[in-house]
Amino acid sequence: MAKDDSTRTPAPKTAFYNDPVIRGRIYQALVLLAVIAAILSIAHNTAVNLERQNKTTGFDFFWATAGFDIFFTLIPYSRASYYWEAFLVGMLNTLLVAVLGIFFATLIGFVAGIARLSGNFIISSIATFYIETIRNIPALLQLFFWYFAVLKAMPPVRESFIFFDSIAINNRGLNVPRPIFDGHFHYVVIAFLLALAFVFVLRKWSIRHLEKTGQRFPFASTALAILVFIPGIVWMLSGTQVTFDIPQLGGFNFRGGVNLPPEFVAIVVGISIYTGSFIAETVRAGILAVNWGQTEAAQSLGLKSSDRLRLVIIPQAMRVIIPPMTNQYLNLVKNSSLAAAIGYPELVSVFMGTTLNQTGRAVEVVFITMLVYFTLSFSVSSLMNWYNRRVALVER
Amino acid sequence: MKRLILTAFAVALGAGAAHAATLDDVKKKGFVQCGVTGGVPGFSAPDASNNWSGLEVDFCKALAAAIFNDPSKVRYSPLTSTERFAALSSGQIDVLSRTTTWTMSRDTTLGISFVGTMFYDGQGFMVRKADKIASAKDLSGASICIESGTTTELNAADFFAANKLEYKPIVFVSQDETVKAFEDGRCDVYTTDSSALAAERSKFAKPDDYLILPEIISKEPLGPVVRSGDDTWFKLARWTYYVLLEAEELGVSKTNVDEMKKSENPSIKRLLGAEGDFGTPLGLDKEWAYKIIKGVGNYGEIYETHVGPKTPIGLARGLNALWKDGGLQYSPPIR
Repeated sequence: MAKDDSTRTPAPKTAFYNDPVIRGRIYQALVLLAVIAAILSIAHNTAVNLERQNKTTGFDFFWATAGFDIFFTLIPYSRASYYWEAFLVGMLNTLLVAVLGIFFATLIGFVAGIARLSGNFIISSIATFYIETIRNIPALLQLFFWYFAVLKAMPPVRESFIFFDSIAINNRGLNVPRPIFDGHFHYVVIAFLLALAFVFVLRKWSIRHLEKTGQRFPFASTALAILVFIPGIVWMLSGTQVTFDIPQLGGFNFRGGVNLPPEFVAIVVGISIYTGSFIAETVRAGILAVNWGQTEAAQSLGLKSSDRLRLVIIPQAMRVIIPPMTNQYLNLVKNSSLAAAIGYPELVSVFMGTTLNQTGRAVEVVFITMLVYFTLSFSVSSLMNWYNRRVALVER
Repeated sequence: MKRLILTAFAVALGAGAAHAATLDDVKKKGFVQCGVTGGVPGFSAPDASNNWSGLEVDFCKALAAAIFNDPSKVRYSPLTSTERFAALSSGQIDVLSRTTTWTMSRDTTLGISFVGTMFYDGQGFMVRKADKIASAKDLSGASICIESGTTTELNAADFFAANKLEYKPIVFVSQDETVKAFEDGRCDVYTTDSSALAAERSKFAKPDDYLILPEIISKEPLGPVVRSGDDTWFKLARWTYYVLLEAEELGVSKTNVDEMKKSENPSIKRLLGAEGDFGTPLGLDKEWAYKIIKGVGNYGEIYETHVGPKTPIGLARGLNALWKDGGLQYSPPIR
């Protein structure tokens, strides 16, 4: 373009400070400088203040003996462990709640969201009642409700509800047998993985088969049969023995087996039901956003109502659902910190509670905790954004 | 927890950096901001109309009486164990008078100074009588309700490790939830300082169903705390505590303090400002001790009113008796 400009009058010269591009750069540089200055000033202020308050600082406490116990841990831990191990225990407990919470909240949310749009008056009323009640009560109150209501309803240890002589429910939690597998069990695992691979291939074939012939292959029931029978037969042939470590009443509580403490149950149930109600609204909004014409078009193709929802409506609704649902996931991750109030040893309880108090390193501990929540939230939202790009409408 | 983050920020940003002149600040604002426990009867608890009372509260009142000649010039900040030190070092409160155990690491690394031991305590265990437990050595496998961020949590871990017993610590952020979980049967045992056990038991619907085990597994010297780096304020707090002791030792009480002003006993004359001037070096006037005693009484009176044998909490003086009665409470001479 520039070459051919000879006929045109040259653009009037402006002072460089009136050039929008240069101006933009200058403003950006100024903002950047201001941000850096602010960060430096905060860091300096912190150091000076901590010094003046005669506080010891630094991250060396991570390698000191923690000296306190935690009753629910996914990795080995004792009072002789280090603070970094306590930190890890707390973080893993937070992750466990976050992952389970996201899973159950999504499940509850989709069921309730679709149910609210149901033509069946009773189903939609129940869904509406659930969503409107739960959404309007603070999460912490709900946690207290679940925790103390569940505790109150459960019998003391000696009067536990016992099912099949092996499952015990009492106010110390749910005790179930722990399966112990012998040395042949890996054959069963391999068989299961092979069956899984076979099912995967079968799924591809059944779709191709449907597209080619228009005939529907009963995929779901076949897949289930394969997944059950192939490992089952291998189990028999290999002669794998499974024994159970059954919870036994001894002393104060049941020993052996797996114990799910009420704190854990309360936080997972509470947070799933709470977040589920918000996801339900998101799902409803997503479905309503799909034009009714899409339903009619699907009907005119002769699709069954379940296929209509699965193949036509939900995929389009997902584009609307994903972004707000990401927010709900982030809220769930952050709300898991409320578990500290009901005695579940997650990051905030173990690290910001006990560790901070025993070491007095408030700034360091709070900083690390914020970093962990930031990383968690950032991972969740990156994952969801990636998924969102995948399902987004591709414009050609 | 939100408040904790905020205070951590405040520490970081230096919003309330340790001022050297806490007394001037207090005089300027017209009240003492005092960090207390949320509700342990006898130590610090608000009544229905939000009037706070208790042993720890009375220390705050004594400070206010010394400075303003009015024990009511106190504002209370109920704090959880996890919040308390951040609240103090960020300047949210002027003094922390909240069942805080004096330990070496706290004294040397947190930038705080312990004023003295208002209450000699030790950690104990409370169980249900129905469980038929006679000793803490029988607690193998027990679930134990504990408040987070306390020395209690560490002592319990030490005790069970030393005796090779298993246990499950169920740790709550606030005392209310800790006690409620114990009452609801989540735990077999509630452990904290034995004085607080007695105080909590007095709140239960059926106090007689619970038993405090004989073992005391730790030393818990509880006392008020101030920020380090302000010697004037620290000494004012320390001598306020000593005045309470000295007054009891000399037999000066809330009721007889006016008569005692006429006493010929030189120790009493010095205490009440009739001879010499011990207030000015603290930034107060020479009647400062008189005002404390007139306003809140002496240590013995405070003890008897709030936690003594005649109260529902019913704690004998024990180690908290004056030194001349066989206890540990002792004031350096005021002279």
